Amino acid sequence: MTATIFFMHRSWWKILGVLLLVYTFVMGLLIEVPQNVQLEETIRNLFFHVCMWFGMMILFTVSVIRAILYLSTGNPVHDIASRQYAGVGILFGLLGYATGAIWMSYTWADPNKPIYESFASLAREPKLIGAAIALLVYAAYLVLRDSINDMDKKARISAVYNIFAFAMLFPSIWIIPRLLDSLHPGGSEGNPALNFRDASPNMRMVFYPAIAGWTLIGIWIATLKIRLKILHEQKLSQ
Amino acid sequence: MRRVIFILYFLLFTLMVNAKEPTGNIMRDNGKIYVVVAVMLTILAGLVLYLVRLDRKISKLEKNK
Repeated sequence: MTATIFFMHRSWWKILGVLLLVYTFVMGLLIEVPQNVQLEETIRNLFFHVCMWFGMMILFTVSVIRAILYLSTGNPVHDIASRQYAGVGILFGLLGYATGAIWMSYTWADPNKPIYESFASLAREPKLIGAAIALLVYAAYLVLRDSINDMDKKARISAVYNIFAFAMLFPSIWIIPRLLDSLHPGGSEGNPALNFRDASPNMRMVFYPAIAGWTLIGIWIATLKIRLKILHEQKLSQ
Repeated sequence: MRRVIFILYFLLFTLMVNAKEPTGNIMRDNGKIYVVVAVMLTILAGLVLYLVRLDRKISKLEKNK
């Protein structure tokens, strides 16, 4: 426990995250990218849009680990941490969704028609529906938490629900979208960003640091919220 | 901690200045993509400074309690 508290106050990993993001922003826009007729320069969104989803997945994983730790130890700090990591994970998911909506408007939508006319076909993308389900399951986590007044009950029920929500991520964003036809990359051939045939070595040089940078920033925001919440709880109990 | 943050401020600042005052005509080369880099770095710098200040305020609160 003291180890995680100690970690929250260290600054080296925060600086590392910022430096990785500066690298991502500069190199992400300036490196040579493979030419693709449909994507053109928008392929650079790999460093931003895709990293939001990777960050979300990592933050949700941390959240579920803290939920399990809460259930096994009963330490309320784990409960606070679990809630805050899930909150930042949802933020990343919403940003991933919003950036994906912009990206798709200029790559999937029929250029000869207004964007809203392509909406009917784009809205049935299994990946979009799956991601929406996953985010709504996590939104229900926040609602569930706030609807219980008893502190112990709140922490316990929401930790159990967190495990369920995490389990729901697998069918809704990993399995079902891969079984169905989709315009979105990453069908039956696996994850395109991690696939060595699809991402050029050039892009991987930026993509992996970008994932690390965005995730570290997400963890930084979450730790700030955890520290604030702990202070708040201490004030209430005084 | 304070020194580290100062170095960070300085680093971001120099990056932005270098992006804004090039020696050649770099901002107008490459289809002005450097303008986009400068804008994105400015936003990133703003967000990071915000986080750094929040972090320091919370640290101060934690010390005072």
